[in-house]
Amino acid sequence: MPRYRWWSTPAALFLLGCGGPFPQSTLHPHSDFARATDVLFTDIFWWAAAVFVVVEALLLVALVRFRHREGRPAPKPTHGHTLMEIAWTLAPAVILVFVAVPTVRTIFATAGDAPPDALKVEVIGHQWWWEFKYPELGITTANELHVPVAKAVQVAITSADVIHSFWAPPLGGKRDAIPGQVNRIAFRADSVGDYSGQCAEFCGASHANMRLRVLVDSDAGFTAWVRDQQSPPATPAKASLAEQGKAIYARAACIGCHAIQGVSPGTIGPNLTHVASRTTIAGGLFPDDSAHLAGWIADAPALKPGSIMTRMKPPLTDADIAAIIAYLQSLK
Amino acid sequence: MTAATNGGLTSWLTTTDHKRIGLLYFFTAFTFFLIGGIEALVIRAQLAQPDGHLVTAETYNQLFTMHGTTMVFLALMPLSASFFNYIVPLQIGARDVAFPRLNAFSYWVFLLGGLFLNASWFVGPLFHAGVLNVAPDGGWFGYANLTERQFSPGPNIDFWLLGLQILGISSLAAGFNFIVTILNLRAPGMKMMRVPAFTWMTLVTQFLVITAFPVITVGLAFLMFDRFFGTHFYVHEAGATPVLWQHLFWLFGHPEVYILILPAMGIVSDVLPTFARKPLFGYTVVVYSGVLIGFMGWGVWSHHMFSVGLGPIADSVFSATTMLIAVPTGVKIFNWIATLWGGDIRGTTALHFAVGFIAMFIIGGLSGVTHASPPADLQQTDTYYVVAHIHYVLFGGTIMGLFAGIYYWWPKMTGRLLSETLGKWHFWLQFVGMNLAFFPMHLIGLLGMPRRVYTYSPELGVSDLNRVSTVGAFLIALSILLFLVNLLRTRTRGRPAGNDPWGGATLEWSIPSPPPVYNFSVIPTVANRLPRWKTEHHEPMRDPPATPPAAVHVPGGSWWPMLAALGLPILALAPLTHTLWLAFVGAAVLLAGIYLWAFEPFEV
Repeated sequence: MPRYRWWSTPAALFLLGCGGPFPQSTLHPHSDFARATDVLFTDIFWWAAAVFVVVEALLLVALVRFRHREGRPAPKPTHGHTLMEIAWTLAPAVILVFVAVPTVRTIFATAGDAPPDALKVEVIGHQWWWEFKYPELGITTANELHVPVAKAVQVAITSADVIHSFWAPPLGGKRDAIPGQVNRIAFRADSVGDYSGQCAEFCGASHANMRLRVLVDSDAGFTAWVRDQQSPPATPAKASLAEQGKAIYARAACIGCHAIQGVSPGTIGPNLTHVASRTTIAGGLFPDDSAHLAGWIADAPALKPGSIMTRMKPPLTDADIAAIIAYLQSLK
Repeated sequence: MTAATNGGLTSWLTTTDHKRIGLLYFFTAFTFFLIGGIEALVIRAQLAQPDGHLVTAETYNQLFTMHGTTMVFLALMPLSASFFNYIVPLQIGARDVAFPRLNAFSYWVFLLGGLFLNASWFVGPLFHAGVLNVAPDGGWFGYANLTERQFSPGPNIDFWLLGLQILGISSLAAGFNFIVTILNLRAPGMKMMRVPAFTWMTLVTQFLVITAFPVITVGLAFLMFDRFFGTHFYVHEAGATPVLWQHLFWLFGHPEVYILILPAMGIVSDVLPTFARKPLFGYTVVVYSGVLIGFMGWGVWSHHMFSVGLGPIADSVFSATTMLIAVPTGVKIFNWIATLWGGDIRGTTALHFAVGFIAMFIIGGLSGVTHASPPADLQQTDTYYVVAHIHYVLFGGTIMGLFAGIYYWWPKMTGRLLSETLGKWHFWLQFVGMNLAFFPMHLIGLLGMPRRVYTYSPELGVSDLNRVSTVGAFLIALSILLFLVNLLRTRTRGRPAGNDPWGGATLEWSIPSPPPVYNFSVIPTVANRLPRWKTEHHEPMRDPPATPPAAVHVPGGSWWPMLAALGLPILALAPLTHTLWLAFVGAAVLLAGIYLWAFEPFEV
């Protein structure tokens, strides 16, 4: 259970006034990692607030009390005061000790090491989507990360092109995805839910469109999801629209970039083996429905600036696109 | 007298008078400030609602890149430079800077570098880009490897890196010039501990400039080699790492923050005593803490990189050094408050801005402490929370401080007082506007909105906060408009300032406004830190006589610094357009300028 903290209340009330539910908020932690940083931030915030009140109050008092009045005698030309200088050098230094000690403690507590039995996930940033691999489970998916509740997760983060930053605020702080380097974070989600995040390091034209979701499943839910993902892709029924779609997919340029197990081995774009099990497409940008799939297949760069999924030449007919959609939607 | 005294265009183009160069810096930098501001307004208009589509993603990325680059390199630094130029020689009792023609060179390089960068808004067709604007689009921090040719094939990043190289030359030349000026041209008796606080902070700033700019020059040279000659300084496939750029950039970038803030701190340290009619409290401590901030600014760069994964040891060390900087900064703030305490405070517009600096800078400083803590920073870096932080530091801090300087010294520079009524309207509008614009950004960031995004989802729940922020940005624009009205009005209707409208303690107030071309009819002899005030130890000094007792030699103007400066953008055009002969033309112009300059007779 999340600990209740009275000092979060003002912030929470204020935010309630502004609406909600803030799916990407750092102020509503849902993992041990996010909670540790939130506790630290809250502590520092109150130190800062105290200093703010004291210093601004001193400033205001000085301005009001010593404002110009007719007939006030010339001020005494004081040049300084050694003891006061020492005092206001030491005071911030002492406060900073109270900030620094928990900081260093939290740095080491959140350094990214999970116990050996943790679920291992590889995160690979691409312009502009996220690839998630579960090396021990043999699963590759995109943009939607599934993890079980209350189990440690070890995330290894890297990039296939430029620098990105993996960030799902309710589950913890961000880490950069750097080509040629693997960064690690670890967290243990404490409640089932659907949390959103997005790339935090500017990475080119569609940086704003590089979103992600983390779905924290119950134990049973996660097991079922793993079983589905590990199964081979669905085979369309004979003479169905989906089967036509599969044929078009297999002869169109799609196969150059996308993988569907047993159909195509592409690695440039997201793996589509179970694309219909996902709730979003295009880097978490649009719902995974027929209308958006149709627009996306017809002209991806129009929906997502800079997208390297170009318009097909010659263009696909509407019938072709409808067939491909039927096929993709069969890939549960 | 010489050409420098008449008002013709030629006299401005060839001027080597530090006062005229100061004014040129001011008007040029203020124009760039307006351009950077307009870029900010378009950004805010785009973000006023979720899923905004006023401009395309590509244009938005150019806007925020150019907003940052313009404000840092073309607005704030040269606005400070306009005061270095105009005020520092007057404060130390000098007739000019040490190298007047080098000073003119710095200005022309700055102007040409700024024009070069901004030309990128209009020259797309020349590069067959298919669009008009090919402005830099990699962020003002230009992280490799996004800036490599592979990921940014257009001329955008070339404009940025070549423009910054040009501007770096301007800053370095000015840096050396002012260090030599302050160390060598002080009036007799002006020991270092009698130098006014603003000039002191200028000196510290210039040492930071001459040490920090070479670092980014190296970083940019690597990038230039990568982009033009196929080297692999930031390419991980070749065994390098793009993180090298981040180290080089922030090793420059953090001292750069102090290059931006220390001059404003110096202005505040001069303005507060004048209007509280009390000496700066703890002058020695304020000066030494400025020097200390300058030194410590070199040991904190990795706090921009807590999410890079440098490891817990490095994170802890850089966290500690960063927190330590809060100590000398806090000391300055307490000394400023102590300066006001017990004073006889006159609420002039300049004082409003100086106090506004303190009040707003505190907020930026305190939010800075929250991301000096790496775990907390992991939730803050690259979000709007940091955008809020830097704007409280650079707008609430530097801009407020610079406006304090403008209202304080404008009468000295033009001989006319700005309107106090309009000035206070300007202040309050700007104060309310900046808090509306930037305070909500703290929450926007904590609620999960990253920075540098051209659009955001309505589901984030930050739409209302963003709308408030946009309203604030337009209020700021209104306040700046009022300031422009004030400037224009003052040209004809401003009250004459006389030598000293404020009762200032320092030497610049002992001479006419605007000062004659030779500044001081007789070089003053300084016996203490507050020469024009009566204190318990001494009487005020006698101001120099209105006319010089003997003829004062003033050096004439020169075309050659401008010619030499012109060589640099031509040189930069060579790689930009892949045209080799332009490199020879540029080098020839540069060398011709330097040659003619070197052999120009000093007596004109």
